[in-house]
Amino acid sequence: MAETVLETSGLTMRFGGVTASDNVNFKLKARELRCLIGPNGAGKSTFFKCVTGLLTPTEGHVYMRGQEVTGWQPHQIASLGVGIKTQTPNVMDALSVHENIWLAARRFYNVVEARERADSIIDRLALGTIARTQLGQLAHGERQRVELGIVAVADPWLVLLDEPAAGMSAQDVDRMTEIIHELTRFAAVVIVEHDMQFIRSIAQTVTVFHQGAVLMEDNVERVMSDPQVRAVYLGKKA
Amino acid sequence: MGRSVLHDVIITLVVSALLIWLLPLMISTYTLTVLVIYGMLGLSLGLVWGFGGILCFGQAAFFGLGAYTYAIAAINIGESTLPMILAVLVPAVFAALLGAMMFYGRLADVYLGVITLVVTLILFKFVNSTAGPQYVIGNARLGGFNGIPGFQTLNVPGDPAAYIWGDPYFYVCAVALVIVFLLVTWLLRSSFGRIAVGIRENEVRMGLMGYDVATRKTVLFAIGAAIAGLAGALFANWGEIVTPNLFSLGQSAEIIIWCIVGGLGTRFGPIVGAAGLAYLKFMLGQQSMIDNTLVLGLILVLFVLFLPRGLVPAVASLLNSIFGGTKRKPKPRRMRRARHG
Amino acid sequence: MDLSFVILVEVLYGVASLVLISAGLAVVFGMMKVINLAHGEFMMMGGYATITAVGLGVNVFVAMLVIAPLVVGLIGLIVERLVIRHLYGRLVDTMLATWGLSLVFIGLATMIFGNTTTGISTPIPGFAFGGYQVNGYNFFIIIVSIVLVIAMYAVLRGTRAGLIARGTMQRSDMAAALGYSPDRIYMMTFFCGSALSGLAGAVLAPLVGLVPTSGGAYIAKAFITVIAGGPSLIAGLVSSATSFGLVSQFFTFAISPVIGEVALLIAAVVLLRTMPQGITGRFFKGKL
Repeated sequence: MAETVLETSGLTMRFGGVTASDNVNFKLKARELRCLIGPNGAGKSTFFKCVTGLLTPTEGHVYMRGQEVTGWQPHQIASLGVGIKTQTPNVMDALSVHENIWLAARRFYNVVEARERADSIIDRLALGTIARTQLGQLAHGERQRVELGIVAVADPWLVLLDEPAAGMSAQDVDRMTEIIHELTRFAAVVIVEHDMQFIRSIAQTVTVFHQGAVLMEDNVERVMSDPQVRAVYLGKKA
Repeated sequence: MGRSVLHDVIITLVVSALLIWLLPLMISTYTLTVLVIYGMLGLSLGLVWGFGGILCFGQAAFFGLGAYTYAIAAINIGESTLPMILAVLVPAVFAALLGAMMFYGRLADVYLGVITLVVTLILFKFVNSTAGPQYVIGNARLGGFNGIPGFQTLNVPGDPAAYIWGDPYFYVCAVALVIVFLLVTWLLRSSFGRIAVGIRENEVRMGLMGYDVATRKTVLFAIGAAIAGLAGALFANWGEIVTPNLFSLGQSAEIIIWCIVGGLGTRFGPIVGAAGLAYLKFMLGQQSMIDNTLVLGLILVLFVLFLPRGLVPAVASLLNSIFGGTKRKPKPRRMRRARHG
Repeated sequence: MDLSFVILVEVLYGVASLVLISAGLAVVFGMMKVINLAHGEFMMMGGYATITAVGLGVNVFVAMLVIAPLVVGLIGLIVERLVIRHLYGRLVDTMLATWGLSLVFIGLATMIFGNTTTGISTPIPGFAFGGYQVNGYNFFIIIVSIVLVIAMYAVLRGTRAGLIARGTMQRSDMAAALGYSPDRIYMMTFFCGSALSGLAGAVLAPLVGLVPTSGGAYIAKAFITVIAGGPSLIAGLVSSATSFGLVSQFFTFAISPVIGEVALLIAAVVLLRTMPQGITGRFFKGKL
C-alpha cells in the first residue's frame, strides 16, 4: 500500500462573497499521476495555489506526507522536496538556462553536485545547445521545458504543475509527456490542465472540479464519457 | 573557474595599484580620499540595488549612522579600532532590523522606496533636533545641526597617539576600497551572490524553488549597510566632523545618481560613477556660473532618458563591438560543453 | 473651551495642509501611476511665482489662486512633453528622472532668485480668541482645501472630462480603444496635477520662508500621504491626510513639533507595513 503524499481535508477558499474552493477533500498516493480538470473558474487554480502556499485557505487543512502544511510559505513547502510550476512561465529571464536550473539544484545540493545535476538534466531535456542562452531569448516551449527542468532537477517526491502544456506545439507536448512519465517513476504528479487531448495521452485518474468543489474522481475514460462532466464542459462552452 | 577567479584578483590588484600610484600625481590626496570613500558608498548601493534588486532611497542613512557611530564611540573610547568595528556593525544591525520588517512584510518597489526614504528623514530630523545638552551618549554630545566635532581620528591599532592622516590616510582608504571590492566580487561569485541575482530576477520562482527570499534579502541589505557604514566612518575621519547632512535626502539622491550613471548590475559602475560625479561636483564648486545641483540633476535626467544602463555597461559593449567580441564569453561555453560532451 | 477650539483649528489646519500638499501628487499618481518626485519643487515654484507676481503689483489672492497654478501648470506641461511621456509604465525610471528634474529646478531657482530666504506676509491678520492668538490665515488654508476636495470630486463625478479620466484610471487600454488618446489625457492630467502643486505652494508660501530647497520639506509628506492613501484618489487622499494630520498634531501638542513630524513618519512606516496596499486598498474599496 503506497503512502499518501498529499491530502487536503475540507479545503475552502473564499474571496469576499465568492467561494472559489469549496470543501475539497483530496488524496494522492506516492508515484500517482493525477490530472485536475474542469471548466474555467472551476477552482482548480485556487486549489493549486492553496496547496502550494501561494494562498492561505480560509478553512481546511493541507497535509504532505502526513505533515500539516496549512498556511506555510511556498518556500517552506518547496523545501520539503516539492517541485512547483505555476501557470505562466516563471523563470529568471536575464539568466542562462544552466544558471536557472543550477539555482534550483543548489537549494538541495552542494556547488559541485548542483552543477552535475544541472548538466545531466539539461542533457535529458535536450537543452544542451541552448544551455548558455538567456531565458529571455528563448521561445515559449523552450522556456516551459526549462521550467520543467527547474522542477525536476532536485528529485522531488511531489510535483505540482499548473497547465504545463499551455501554448506548446505538438512536438513540445510529446516531449513534455515523456518527461512527466519519467518523473512519475519517483514522484507523485498533479497536473492542472485544460487540454483534453493532453490529458487523454497522459492521465490515468482524473479529478473533475466544478464550481469550486470536486464533481467526480475516476478513471480518465469513464470521466470523459460521463454525461454530467460533458454537460459541465459543454454548458460552459456554449 | 578557479583560474578565472585568480585572473580577476590579479587584474584588480594590478589596476588598483596603478591607480593608487598614478592618481595622486594628478589630484591631491585630500580630494582623492573622499572620492575613494564615495566610491565605496556607491559600491554599497550598487551591490544592494544592482545585484539584489532592492532600491533603497535611504543608503545615506547607513552612511550617516556609520559616521555618527564612529564619532560617538571614538569620543567615549579614545582610540579608533573598536569604533571602526562598531561603525560597521551598528548600521548592519539597523539595516537587518529594518530589512526584516520590510521583506517579511513582502514590501517591494515604491513601498520600499517610501519606507527607506522615511526612515532616512526620521534620522535626519531626529539628529537635527538634538542640539540641547540633554542629548548625550556617554561623553559625546550629539550637537544637533552643529554636528559632532573633535573626536579621536584614525590611529594605528593599539597606539592611540599614532594618528593616520594625510597621504597615509589616503592609502588606508584606497586599500580598504580594494579589499571591499574583492570581498564583493567573492560574494557575487559565491552561491549566495548567484542566488541573490536569481531573487532580483524572479522572487516568486526562487521562493517556489525553496529559497527563503525574505531572509536572503535582509542579509544582503545588511551587508550593503555594513559597507556604507564603513564608508561613513572613513568619511568621519576625513572630515573630522559629522553633521546631520550625512543623512540628508540630497545625499541619498546622489548615491542613486552615481549608480545610475555608472551602471547598475556592475561592480565598477557605481564606483566610477561616484568618484567621477563627486569630482565633477568638486570642479563645479570652483566656479559660480552654473549651479552644480542643476548639472547633477540634468545628468540624471539625461541618463535615465538616453542611457539607462549607465556608462560602464555601455562602454563595455562599445569596446566589445570594436574589438569584434574578445571571445571572453563564448570560450568557457565551448569548454564546458566539451567536458560534458 | 478656548483651548479646545484652538486645538481643533490647529488639527483641521494640519489635515488641510496635508491635503493641499498632496493633492497634485495624488492626481498624477492616481491617474498615471507616475510618482513625480519634482512635486515639491513645483510647489516651490508656485511660491516664487506668487512672490514675483506680488512684487509686480498683482493682488496677492490673484497671484496665489490664478497666476501660480497657471505658471506651474505650464512648466508641468513642458516637463511632461520633454521627459515624462517617454517613461510611462516605468515607475522607477520616472521616479529617478523626476528626482533629477527636482535638482534641476532647485539649481535654476538658485541661479535666478539666489540662495536666500524670501517671503511675503500673510494677507489675513491673526486675531485673539479668548486668551489665545489664532492665525487667521489657517482658516483660509482650511477653506481652500475643502473647496479643492469638493471641486475635485465634482469634476471627476459630474463632468465628461472627469468620466474619461476615471475610465483611464481604471483601464487606460480600454479608454484608448474607445477613441480617447491616453497621450492627451495624460498630458492634461499632468497639467492639472502640476497646477494643483503650484496652487498649494502659493497658498502655503506666506507661512514659510521660501528658499530654492523648500520643496524637500513637502515631497516626503506628499509622497507618504499619497502612497498610504492607496488606489482611490479622493477617499485615499482625505483618509490618509486625516490619519497623519491627527497623529502629527497630537504629538505636536503633547510633546513638540519635531516629535510631531517624527510621529507622522513613524505612523507612515507602521501603516505601510500593516496595509501595503494603502488605506483605500483595504477600506473604502471602489470609492473615488
